[in-house]
Amino acid sequence: MKQKPFTGSHSLLRSLEHEGVEMMFGVPGGAILPAYDPLLDSPIRHVLARHEQGAGHMAEGYAMASGRVGVALTTSGPGATNLITPLQNAKMDSTPLVAITGQVASAAIGSDAFQEAHTTGLAMHCTKHSYLVTDADRIPETVHEAFHIAATGRPGPVLIDIPKDVLTTPTSWLTPTLAGLPGYKPTTHGHPMQIRAAIELIESAQRPVLYVGGGVIRAGASAELVAFAEAANAPVVTSLMARGAFPDDHRLALGMPGMHGVYTATTAIQKCDVLVSLGARFDDRVTGDVKAFAPEAKVIHVDVDPAEIGKVRHADVPVVGDARLVLRAMIERLLSLRDRGEAPPRGDWFSQLAEWRRDKPLRYEQAEDGPIKTQFFIERLHTLVGGEAIVTAGVGQHQMWASQFWRFRRPGTWINSGGLGTMGFAVPAAIGAKAARPNETVFALDGDGCFQMTFQELITASTEDIPVKVAVFNNGGYGMVKQWQNLFYSGRVSASDLGTTVPDYPMLAEAMGCVGLRVKHPDDVDVTIDKAMAIDDRPVVIEVVTDPDEMCFPMVPAGGSNDRVVMGPEDL
Amino acid sequence: MSQHTLSVIVEDKPGVLARISAMFSNRGFNIHSLAVGPTHVEGRSHITVVVDAPELEQLKKQLHKLVNVIRVIELDQIEALESEVMIARVACDPTDRGTLGETAAMFTARMVDLSPTTMTFEVAGSPQHLSSFVENMRPYGIVDLVKSGRVAMKRLSEVAPVAMGNPT
Repeated sequence: MKQKPFTGSHSLLRSLEHEGVEMMFGVPGGAILPAYDPLLDSPIRHVLARHEQGAGHMAEGYAMASGRVGVALTTSGPGATNLITPLQNAKMDSTPLVAITGQVASAAIGSDAFQEAHTTGLAMHCTKHSYLVTDADRIPETVHEAFHIAATGRPGPVLIDIPKDVLTTPTSWLTPTLAGLPGYKPTTHGHPMQIRAAIELIESAQRPVLYVGGGVIRAGASAELVAFAEAANAPVVTSLMARGAFPDDHRLALGMPGMHGVYTATTAIQKCDVLVSLGARFDDRVTGDVKAFAPEAKVIHVDVDPAEIGKVRHADVPVVGDARLVLRAMIERLLSLRDRGEAPPRGDWFSQLAEWRRDKPLRYEQAEDGPIKTQFFIERLHTLVGGEAIVTAGVGQHQMWASQFWRFRRPGTWINSGGLGTMGFAVPAAIGAKAARPNETVFALDGDGCFQMTFQELITASTEDIPVKVAVFNNGGYGMVKQWQNLFYSGRVSASDLGTTVPDYPMLAEAMGCVGLRVKHPDDVDVTIDKAMAIDDRPVVIEVVTDPDEMCFPMVPAGGSNDRVVMGPEDL
Repeated sequence: MSQHTLSVIVEDKPGVLARISAMFSNRGFNIHSLAVGPTHVEGRSHITVVVDAPELEQLKKQLHKLVNVIRVIELDQIEALESEVMIARVACDPTDRGTLGETAAMFTARMVDLSPTTMTFEVAGSPQHLSSFVENMRPYGIVDLVKSGRVAMKRLSEVAPVAMGNPT
């Protein structure tokens, strides 16, 4: 039998194997067909998504749960345009992703061919970098560069667009190098002088706060963060992207600051004299009105991306570097000073924080007869799984409540769409996370509005044997939109009502090969969760019928000062 | 809003210019002038960009973030060697050719085209040199005018020469 020639497709698969890829998420189609043939002979597992957006979010969930580069594989045209949302999502949340898209044949590019889109042009605005491969011999080098760029510095999505004829051209394998990247040299080690200056400022602080962002998780710096916070004796706030970077049950943990943050976390920043930003980017959801943000604070800004420093808030001490390496250097510097004494006690500061914690806790009221509050379900779930699960979320009220009420213990257990705010992220991201961490319980906490955007990926979960669990909090609408309409549009509820009866979620779940459950009464919450936890051979969907009128607090209205935290409707 | 000149060394790869101009528009900066060309080093291009921006720090950092960008240098007016080429078509009756030609000669402008009603000059030099030329041609009536983008390089000599305006 004549041996098949080694083509661009074979080179692509071999390149992915060379990068250590074990799993990818995709949907085939015309232009990418050549790559799907050698896939049959590859050890790489391909998870067949039902929509390219789902494939992209799965790859993100995989990356966020595993710390590895997620890979998505789709065809040209609509296959590529459907990936745009995951690419931008990954860019905003600095998730390492490599997306490979088929392209029409080289000779047809620019001719408005069937399923043609100018993919690299589209991707230019929503990737860290992108490639159009015009020569099959360059595939190994391109893939190697793409993985390097995606995973290093500030991680992010990289797209590789490959015309069909490049995939079918005979080529040969060349072990790739990074010689072709003269302009890409991320700074990872913080400058020693800046680190000394930072430590001096932190040591002299009366009211320091460590403001931690998702960069600490991406850098794998959680252990260093705990060690540093303890050595510096400084309280820690964790942004939405950083939940899990610092254990919530730690004495120094204040929780999430910002628009729907914990009062103590938001207010601690407002009153601090030194703010140490670690892998955070002063997002508008954290700062509120920037001019009124942390008015008394000197700012130390540690980030691997120099463009983040000074972008929103002037940094008194800028430190460019990888969070883990910088934290290590800061710990070392701090401990070398400690030969001469203990950490500053900062008694007044800690009693002030304790007072805020006592007086302004997160709260909600669960009536005995219902309706179920989402917060209550999340707290029960946390208790019943012993806090041991990976949770994903969509975007909106349920996401904020999940971030507020889940007590995170370790990094990589909170997977949500922070920067872009992509509704529909929870279900596919959960599938990616479960694929990466099959031995963990993965629970998607989702809203009914979000669920309706991507639920078809539960067919992927069923058929690919990825038994995720999903709680759909059904409040019959886009809860956060409705909340804003109630608060800022005189209660004129426009286009945010979805109704509670259609679809029938348990039936829908069953139709997709999942187990469908429904809970309406608070008394039944525990038994329903137990039932869901007992099933591990199929995905489970619990419809949680919740209070349609519940609003998410605390709240700082958009653009408002973080000095004015609204604790509940009575404050408005 | 002030004008800044940036000298950007990039890899000569497809799409580099598109990435750079996209970054400018994404971040809300307005490009005043842009010139691209190869350097003496194989695979490297030099982009000179004149931009209207209140401050440059963020812009420079965003440029640096582009994978194909190798070096970004901000040039202030004193330390920049700047040059542009312009072709200007000026209205001119045959009787005026003498005086117009004399004026043009003062700017070392070269006549490149002649018609019964116009004279067309090519002139190169610093931006100030070119604008001075334009001012002196204006009374005759400028019919058409095209400029290359500005190219610039850092000056190494300590003291700027007196005749900054004249390239020859």
